[in-house]
Amino acid sequence: MSDQPKSLFDKVWEKHIVEDESHDRPAVLYIDLHLVHEVTSPQAFSAIEERGLKVRRPDRTFATLDHSTPTLPPNAAGERPYFTADAKNQVETLERNTKNHGVKLFGWGSENRGVVHVMGPEMGLTQPGMTVVCGDSHTSTHGAFGCIAFGIGTSEVGHVLATQCLAQRKPKTMRVTVTGQLQAGVSGKDVALTIINRLGFGGGTGYALEYCGPVIEALDMEGRMTVCNLSIEAGARCGMIAPDQKTIEWLRGRAYVPADYEAAAAEWLKLKSDDGAVFDDEITIDGSVIEPMATWGTTPDQGAAVSKAVPVATNENEAKALKYMHFAGGEARDLAKVDVVFIGSCTNGRMSDLRAAAEIMKGRHIADGVRMLVVPGSEQVRAEAVAEGLDKIFTDAGAEWRLPGCSMCIAMNGDFVQPGQLAVSTSNRNFEGRQGPGARTVLASPATAAASAIAGHITDPRRYIA
Amino acid sequence: MSNQEPINTFSSRIAVLPEANIDTDQIIPARFLTTTSRKGLGVAAFNDWRYEKDGTPKPDFILNTIDASEHRVLVGGNNFGCGSSREHAPWALTDYGFKAVISTEIADIFTSNSLKNGLLPIVVTPEIHAKLLASPQQRVTIDLEANELRLEDGTVFIFKIEAFARQCLLEGVDAMGWLINRLPAIETYEREHAA
Repeated sequence: MSDQPKSLFDKVWEKHIVEDESHDRPAVLYIDLHLVHEVTSPQAFSAIEERGLKVRRPDRTFATLDHSTPTLPPNAAGERPYFTADAKNQVETLERNTKNHGVKLFGWGSENRGVVHVMGPEMGLTQPGMTVVCGDSHTSTHGAFGCIAFGIGTSEVGHVLATQCLAQRKPKTMRVTVTGQLQAGVSGKDVALTIINRLGFGGGTGYALEYCGPVIEALDMEGRMTVCNLSIEAGARCGMIAPDQKTIEWLRGRAYVPADYEAAAAEWLKLKSDDGAVFDDEITIDGSVIEPMATWGTTPDQGAAVSKAVPVATNENEAKALKYMHFAGGEARDLAKVDVVFIGSCTNGRMSDLRAAAEIMKGRHIADGVRMLVVPGSEQVRAEAVAEGLDKIFTDAGAEWRLPGCSMCIAMNGDFVQPGQLAVSTSNRNFEGRQGPGARTVLASPATAAASAIAGHITDPRRYIA
Repeated sequence: MSNQEPINTFSSRIAVLPEANIDTDQIIPARFLTTTSRKGLGVAAFNDWRYEKDGTPKPDFILNTIDASEHRVLVGGNNFGCGSSREHAPWALTDYGFKAVISTEIADIFTSNSLKNGLLPIVVTPEIHAKLLASPQQRVTIDLEANELRLEDGTVFIFKIEAFARQCLLEGVDAMGWLINRLPAIETYEREHAA
């Protein structure tokens, strides 16, 4: 049955099978690229060291520092303002582990350090057709390049360090087609929040998603990364997009791409679902009616167009979410006064995200009482933004311009939202307390977040776009 | 995880947290993730639901009303364990004393992580779930050999669990060791794919 039409997922999966799965045994899946950060790796290094093992393929393993790292600069003595001694210890543990095992670390002092899912693609480590894993659920980001990319737990980080393989069952596949053409002021983030809203928070559980259709094709690579990044917020470990000429041009010239780039690119362009490929499930979304979105609840699927009123709760779960958020069903979104705005993260911490925010903020100032953090996704993004003068636009507008890191998205480095405060964030999770105990989070695009900072309340960014 | 104690049959009272979409940030908030150990997270399990800001236990939260040694089975709402891939979530639950989690849906990465830590993720039908929620004081029996969840009223539910993970749990097989034994095949793959 080799001429049976195959999906993109099936093609990449089959190419990485070391041993096929049976009823009794999962497949042994080969991993091309293993990305490592300080939070989910210490116990994995300990596990292989307890067996007297070294990292089997340090040439396929790359590490960075992002989650526990302060985004404020070191003091005059060169000491970094770690939030806790444990955070400092965790960073030093990864520095030690990578040194002992010969793993490349893009650490302090590297001009390539960054949030792991920003760093991987921009270094050209992420390449079409690869299997990519990391101890981080937003590893789905790399699917934007036609990779099977998914998050794993620390035990599995140990498995990959020791063997470069994982024991895996093949997931089901779902095709998500977004038709039509996006309206002005609508971004990849709005597309993703719409898809999650349609699928539901657990609607993708057990599936690998493939995004396609004219809206996906029209997105730039960074918008595609945003869409794939949020796959896990619908419960899907993995979401992917077939490579095209945009993928090839985006990766061209990056540090780790193959020397014979044209030959590699020609292979990459063959990676797509065959006509007639069968998926276990399919959904279609009309992209032309998507508007700027903002969440109103405490899971990423609880979102609606910013222009629409907060929905009225239809069940206990929604009522509980509205209560936590201090929102009333039926009220206009712009009634909600904003305390904090956060622009950054592996979801929206890239150049196109910063440009979209800067376009709205240029020549304007954030509202009284709003605190705004702009945190570039990597040192490369930071340098490029500074070269374009974006940092100046943000600081002139009253925002803080920080060093790269996960920062206020996961709020474990000291950057957090105070209890009860309302934050509009370009990050990926609005769970209770995600941005700090008692923090209330509204997820939105960079444009919506920037517009809300200027207005001082949640607002539609299109009012500021000429 | 290596050298997991084999699991077969056990009986326990249940602890019920009926909320849907209990994410791993609730199970173990991010600020506890700076540890470099797998142990000791049980005291922080459900920290922000469990304690006041000053650290005082909230008297009405389920984990503060039960004896952990008597309640080894956590029943959660739909889509339990969603969100972050942090294995600290099953570490916190097992360190607290739980041996199984039951829900109508359990997130993929949480399921994978739980199976590697001797925490059984059991997906049940809405009918079985309703029976558990209706009698939250009940004692259940989980028989992994028979794939059975037995409720106090005599209802027997056959649950599904991935065959290899089940074998690992029953026999204490260590998954990393199993993969290490595949190294000859892995090396062959690398030669053939110039990987």
